[in-house]
Amino acid sequence: MSQQQTYPVQLVQPDGRRVLDKEHGALVADVDAGRLRQLYRDMVITRRIDVEATALQRQGQLGLWPPLLGQEAAQVGSAHALHPDDYVFCSYRETAVAYCRGVPPEQLTALWRGVSHHCWDPDEVKMTNANIVVGSQGLHATGYAFAAHLDGADIATIAYFGDGATSQGDLAEALGFAAAWSAPVVFFCQNNQWAISEPVSVQSHVPLVRRADGYGIPGVQVDGNDVLAVLAVTRRAVERARTGAGPTFIEAMTYRMGPHTTADDPTRYRTAADTEFWAQRDPIERVRLLLDREGDLSPEFVQQVTGEADEVARRLRTATIEMPDPDPVRMFDNVYATEHPLMTEERQQLSAHLAEGAQS
Amino acid sequence: MITTFAAALNVGLRRAMEDDAKVVLLGEDIGRLGGVFRVTDTLQKDFGEHRVIDTPLAESGIVGTAFGMALRGYRPVVEIQFDGFVYPAFDQIVSQVAKIHNRTAGKVKAPLTIRIPFGGGIGAVEHHSESPEVYFAHTAGLRVVSPSTPADAYSMIRQAISLDDPVIFFEPKRRYWDKADVDFEGEPDLPLHKARVRTRGADATVVAYGGTVATALTAAKIAAEEGHSLEVIDLRSLSPIDVDTIAESVDKTGRLVIVHEAPVFAGLGAEIAARVTERCFYHLEAPVLRVGGYDIPYPPAKLEKHHLPDPDRILAAVDRCLAA
Repeated sequence: MSQQQTYPVQLVQPDGRRVLDKEHGALVADVDAGRLRQLYRDMVITRRIDVEATALQRQGQLGLWPPLLGQEAAQVGSAHALHPDDYVFCSYRETAVAYCRGVPPEQLTALWRGVSHHCWDPDEVKMTNANIVVGSQGLHATGYAFAAHLDGADIATIAYFGDGATSQGDLAEALGFAAAWSAPVVFFCQNNQWAISEPVSVQSHVPLVRRADGYGIPGVQVDGNDVLAVLAVTRRAVERARTGAGPTFIEAMTYRMGPHTTADDPTRYRTAADTEFWAQRDPIERVRLLLDREGDLSPEFVQQVTGEADEVARRLRTATIEMPDPDPVRMFDNVYATEHPLMTEERQQLSAHLAEGAQS
Repeated sequence: MITTFAAALNVGLRRAMEDDAKVVLLGEDIGRLGGVFRVTDTLQKDFGEHRVIDTPLAESGIVGTAFGMALRGYRPVVEIQFDGFVYPAFDQIVSQVAKIHNRTAGKVKAPLTIRIPFGGGIGAVEHHSESPEVYFAHTAGLRVVSPSTPADAYSMIRQAISLDDPVIFFEPKRRYWDKADVDFEGEPDLPLHKARVRTRGADATVVAYGGTVATALTAAKIAAEEGHSLEVIDLRSLSPIDVDTIAESVDKTGRLVIVHEAPVFAGLGAEIAARVTERCFYHLEAPVLRVGGYDIPYPPAKLEKHHLPDPDRILAAVDRCLAA
């Protein structure tokens, strides 16, 4: 991976025309029209999931939701570069990554509805649950990657985080440990330009990708709204990790089109012109234009994908609304893996209290 | 075999590594140097750099990467060089390590042991003599223990490493050079969460842990010469606490003094006092008293003898109890 490169890698322009980049184009030479349609499909479905979850929050069915709107290419492109046995450490906005890992959509909302801290079984899909403390997962990914390396496993580990997280000490420590250990880990920064209301200029005066230089880690900046370019650079980073060549830092330049979470009001801190600029660079529209330009997009296919997305959203809605409140005494479950007298005592207290309430 | 507290830990770590290839050690200076207290002496030489890992100087990084290794089935044992250095790792410990089992509905375990040399009495500089145990005891999901003898150091480190929960393992650093007979072949004689009655007595109960247990035993000897018999309990487990053993003793003696180095305000003594009051209210002959550090930053070394509970302060509290 070139450390001298000074522009973001791009393989498809916003109007759907391809960019001649032999180096990175070669990394996705196998992506034919069928595979491209698959990428398009996953992006459309995850946007539909996101829109539905946002609506569920507005209707009071979820306490909160962190929309990924606009970041579909960064997530779908990178997730498609991973093998099933690679391990994903995520933040809390990686809905599309989770979908691509095989998490059923109806498992995506339990955390945000407040019925559980937990959405899916991490080991089943090789992806952690949401990590709310930004940046901490960079260290977990590094430790996991190092352990995998000790096991002799040919896998890569990837840590997803945002631009704000790059200011956290834990991420700096993760880059240091990963470099020292030559750990097979990919640091995937979705630079969506905003950490709630703080622009990326508050986090850094230089491109974030340059943080990698200080640790002797190769860094690459990619057009994060270009699903092919993201797939290409992530494939290369994952391959580097799997073959023992060590960590890579990827900065995917994208834009969070919606609020940070549904509790946020982006009109207080950014302009409509800014949002419009990025709307012209919509990641899904770009693939649609590419497929259309190359004659690989039929109205039937578009209709089929729309129908599939609606069906996924319907399942998500029904499953979310039907999630029951958990049994209160289960609060004491799994606090410890081993027997703990205080948990036993307090579980009994609550049970007795609830039983009294039932009698009166 | 007569051995020091530090050497007993060393044997415990060695045996754990021999028994389970997934046990790895991480920390600063734990390799060739063997740790600043030499607890990991010779282990890197015998097990290699991939099992005894000298890490970059970053405590959050040490705990966070060890946590990542635990997620892949390893059983990391982390050394935090000194008590006052654990704070940069606090977030990883309380937000990640302590909560992952609960956060994943029991799917993921974090069997980490985090060793922390703690407490004063060695004439050290600032940040090298702290007692941060309550920060961790207050966090659900963590086990917090502290051995006070070489024999318990050996058995408890073995138990901590084999437990599927994260354990904060406080080593009283002024006891590292204490010597005693340790049976390296026997099984642990107590579960990890149980307190140990160190001396039997009838007049008052004294609960202590870590570095202050030996101080309490000295106080008990002096009290005996004055005709009072004290029952000294070594708490050993700071979370959970073994209320049963303490309550059984207080039901008999009617009096309780709790000793620890940490500042008294909102310390572990407050928790023990509240629970004993609840359990033993009708057996108590006097208010539960606490003897501990003052509510100040740990003082300069020349003053620490005034800050640390000594036999005199313990006996003064016992006298107050007995007079009530």
